[in-house]
Amino acid sequence: MKFLCMECDEQMHFAERREPGDGTFTASFVCPRCGRAIAMLANPMESQLVGSLGVKIGGETLDDPEPLEFVRAHVEGADPALTGGTVGRSPTPPDHLASRQRPAWSPAAMARLDRVPGFVRGMVKRIYGEYATERGIPEITPEIMDRARVELGLEGM
Amino acid sequence: MTLRAYRDLTGADASRVGEQIDAQRAQLAERLASVRWVVAVMSGKGGVGKSHITGLLARGAAASLSNGVGVLDADLASPTVAHMLGADGRLVATEAGVTPVLGANGVRVASSAFLLADDAPLRFREPNGERWIWRGTLEAGVLRDFLTGIRWGTLDLLLVDLPPGPGGVTDLAHLLPAVDGVVAVTIPSEESRRSVARTATTAREAGLRILGVVENMAGYACAACGVPGPLFPGDAGRRLASAFDVPLLGRVPFRPPDAPDATDRDAEALTERLLGVLA
Repeated sequence: MKFLCMECDEQMHFAERREPGDGTFTASFVCPRCGRAIAMLANPMESQLVGSLGVKIGGETLDDPEPLEFVRAHVEGADPALTGGTVGRSPTPPDHLASRQRPAWSPAAMARLDRVPGFVRGMVKRIYGEYATERGIPEITPEIMDRARVELGLEGM
Repeated sequence: MTLRAYRDLTGADASRVGEQIDAQRAQLAERLASVRWVVAVMSGKGGVGKSHITGLLARGAAASLSNGVGVLDADLASPTVAHMLGADGRLVATEAGVTPVLGANGVRVASSAFLLADDAPLRFREPNGERWIWRGTLEAGVLRDFLTGIRWGTLDLLLVDLPPGPGGVTDLAHLLPAVDGVVAVTIPSEESRRSVARTATTAREAGLRILGVVENMAGYACAACGVPGPLFPGDAGRRLASAFDVPLLGRVPFRPPDAPDATDRDAEALTERLLGVLA
């Protein structure tokens, strides 16, 4: 898929990919000439269609993917099983968390998460996500991550 | 203002989807470069003992080959071969990657069974509607992930235990062009012969080499002396081997629990013939 800035007749460049956590993804593109930015918002079915191919918008899988990344992303219970949790544990959050909105990740927090070794990144992301959800924190920032590390004893994550 | 066609924009696709898929294929080839032979085990229908034969071949090969044997359970929704090989554990990711679980004779096993709770079905995290659209893609993705994400190490033989029917055969052919061939498993009955013939034809049309036929449940071994008596009518194994001009690798009787244990002999005989075809 390519995006054209019609004002400049210039192909737009991919800028950022975000997963708000509700099964959708957002990809933003910027015109290299005028700087205009647009965001493409995919619904869960469209996200699934791309994800089932094992590819990502933005080409992130070219760099050192996590072991069994596809399995973790698409098979229920696989992620906690692979990271040492209970085999086959349902990924569904507990009832008291299910009704709460899942937090967003700020770009700075995402950049920091990207520095976490790939094989534990999913687990780390989930821990921070549950921490924020339990406290009603709408967005995870580096400051929130620091606070969680201290409160949860997650030195090194 | 102009509106141009996709190919008018000469810049790369922002997501480099083509490159990502090429990278997946390259990673798969790299991971399997240290595997001497990749052999799939198929059947036309369920219940013919395909996983049992896979287990026998794995045990026999592990006893006679020096560089290791692996088994990938590609029957994702109904994984059984791991249990038959006594592989009990789970796949755990470490800094070194994901290592297979060891079974009988040191066979390295990867299976969805290691990720599922007892009696829990395989569930994908897809939206509830229109599952049929991406089920095949998801299953192929899991197989590719098992093949590339597991640290199989150096292997003489990697056996792939396919789900019954032609779908798994064609998926494997597209996913893994370097597969060395398939072993067809049948029981003696005419119904099984017809079913396996269809799947074997599909395999040939997909460019896969049929290495031979194994007739399972070829008689019922006497509990006292182990000598097989009749069980099912028919000679599907011989007829399939003749029709496809491939060797009949063996006829394996059903052995009740109280019959003399000849599992090692069955495994050794099957493996010897299979390795003879591969060599």
